[in-house]
Amino acid sequence: MKVAYWPGCVSRGFTPELHGSMAKVAPLLDIELVELDRACCSGAGVIAEHNQELADTLNARTFALAQQVQGAELMMNICSTCQGAQSECQERLDANAEYRAHVNANLAGEGLSYEKGLTNKNFLWLLVEEIGLDTLSAKVKRPLTNLKVGPFYGCYIVRPRDRLGIDAEHPRDHYLHQVIDTLGGTVIEYAGMRKCCGFPIIMMNKEASLKQAGRHLGDAVDAEADCLVTPCPLCHLNLDLQQPIAEKVVGRELQMPVLHLPQLVGLALGLEPRELGLSRHVVRPTSVIDWSTSVVGAAA
Amino acid sequence: MAEIYKPPEEFKLRLRRYDPESGEAPYWDEHTVELEPHRSVLEAILQARDRFDGSIGIRCSCRQAICGSCGVRVNDEPALACHTHLDAARASARDGVIEIEPMGNMPVLKDLIVDMDAVHWKKVKRVTPWLINKQPVPEREYIVPRESMVDVTQTMACIQCGACVSDCLAMEVDPGFIGPAALAKAYRFVGDPRDDEHDIRLRDLAEDPQGIYDCTHCFKCVEACPKGVNPMGQIMRLRRIATADHHIVDQNNGERHEAAFTGLIRDNGILWEAELVPRSYGGASWFGKFHPAAGKELLASIPVAFYGLLRRKMTVMGVLKPHKIPSSDLKSVRAIFDKVESRPERYELNLYVTGYDEDIEEPVASAVGAEGAPTQSIEGSAP
Repeated sequence: MKVAYWPGCVSRGFTPELHGSMAKVAPLLDIELVELDRACCSGAGVIAEHNQELADTLNARTFALAQQVQGAELMMNICSTCQGAQSECQERLDANAEYRAHVNANLAGEGLSYEKGLTNKNFLWLLVEEIGLDTLSAKVKRPLTNLKVGPFYGCYIVRPRDRLGIDAEHPRDHYLHQVIDTLGGTVIEYAGMRKCCGFPIIMMNKEASLKQAGRHLGDAVDAEADCLVTPCPLCHLNLDLQQPIAEKVVGRELQMPVLHLPQLVGLALGLEPRELGLSRHVVRPTSVIDWSTSVVGAAA
Repeated sequence: MAEIYKPPEEFKLRLRRYDPESGEAPYWDEHTVELEPHRSVLEAILQARDRFDGSIGIRCSCRQAICGSCGVRVNDEPALACHTHLDAARASARDGVIEIEPMGNMPVLKDLIVDMDAVHWKKVKRVTPWLINKQPVPEREYIVPRESMVDVTQTMACIQCGACVSDCLAMEVDPGFIGPAALAKAYRFVGDPRDDEHDIRLRDLAEDPQGIYDCTHCFKCVEACPKGVNPMGQIMRLRRIATADHHIVDQNNGERHEAAFTGLIRDNGILWEAELVPRSYGGASWFGKFHPAAGKELLASIPVAFYGLLRRKMTVMGVLKPHKIPSSDLKSVRAIFDKVESRPERYELNLYVTGYDEDIEEPVASAVGAEGAPTQSIEGSAP
């Protein structure tokens, strides 16, 4: 399937391994990525906090660019925070025709216009709802047997449920569980899996921010996870990049590797850890790399 | 439209019990009650208390979701016990047993009763929750614009149940955080045109390290609130008014972070993370990094930068030079910034006030069959 692909900022900045691994994994899942390289940042909630109309206009511009991609079935992102921020803007744009017309007038200079009803899905949602777990399962070359994976959802992709379309038919707040399971891994549940990584307040209250990251990582260590997986690059910054400092804040050794979702999928689809940029993490995913060369991982 | 009557069924409850005076640790207690599935979790708890154990502690009063007394956690989510149907609670239970615990972030007095005074009410008092008016009180009523009062009715809908406080993730790591309920209450007065202390209120909440900038934007309170108060949304509005209207540059980097972030997007189209840190601490320009506060933070970030560069997560060029979107697009993005930010007044859509286009259409459509009322046309609605 062809998708209008929004990688976000951080996947091209401090987590280049996310963008890179998505590019490697997409062809294996028959996803054709048409990158929205003309679009700008979703605002991550911060621009909306500054000026709602500005955030809505910038995202309406991204949506309009996505709607111009010929043959694309939908827009796909690889950043939970973008999903949350964009869904919030889209909710307002779709809710009120007069407001939509007002925002579209801001785009008129470029000849762009957003039409109500865009489908914008995070890679996680697309994986489960468009590709399907059966198809995914059939593509698995190296089942994640014996690999204990803790899901870390982050906030923006699980709350608020109404806006994000989470219901009994679309249990999107369980999709990471389902994907880990489909890839043959063992799901490790722990207290922090749907809590906040703390990133949004890292500049304002670093201690509280890293206490959140440190606690969740510690919970995962206690639950004996080999690694975590997250669909959010901003969570990854707090959980991986900042982990050495989070260790100091919570006063315990953590050493918990955190994988991006496409990396975990890629591993199960037979790609090598190095190709997926696992060497680029601050916390070396030794457990995962060792697993991939272990009897189970290598045999697959 | 009469609902089909469903006879009583058995529901299993797992209650968290704790009596601090007993010296015993908290424990789980299971009871099976018999009630119609549309009945509430509160009715189930009361039946268990009446039939099996008179010592079960639960606080309740109105039993119709208006007094805010019976806040508990049902299957790991905060809720009003009287506002949660038994069939729904069973459906969301992990193992078919409805799990009921006291609310979080507050000390437990007994079983399902928490100490609201020690946390929730203290925080509400912290925001001076009354109208401060310096003008002479008018002889008759105050005349205020209708829209501004409709706007604050959203926060006035709060019934002080503490559900948002229970699950606030910022409070979980920083118990001193003023928190969602109290900050929503603060907006109730900042949004009220009759109040004369908006500036002092905002300055106070922005400068407090545990004030508006301590909210971690996790949407937990938005989900928790049984009355649609949207506490996090109110906190974001407090921030917006504090920075844009009152130009408050706080000691917590709140204003600088917002200015640095939006400035970097205006300049480059996408975020330049390496610049965000020094600008948030030192000031929202390239020179921000030379401010002592920025220097201190950059020093503290050395381990992060070291590993980042070592693992090629960051590159030296990436740190020193921003990514940018193509220049023609950047021009368009800047034009949007200029146009929107030069408006004399911010243009905002409050869905609480306006509702959804569909909301207007639906009741009219359903009324057609009953009364033959014509379908109301909505001007400018989407095709």
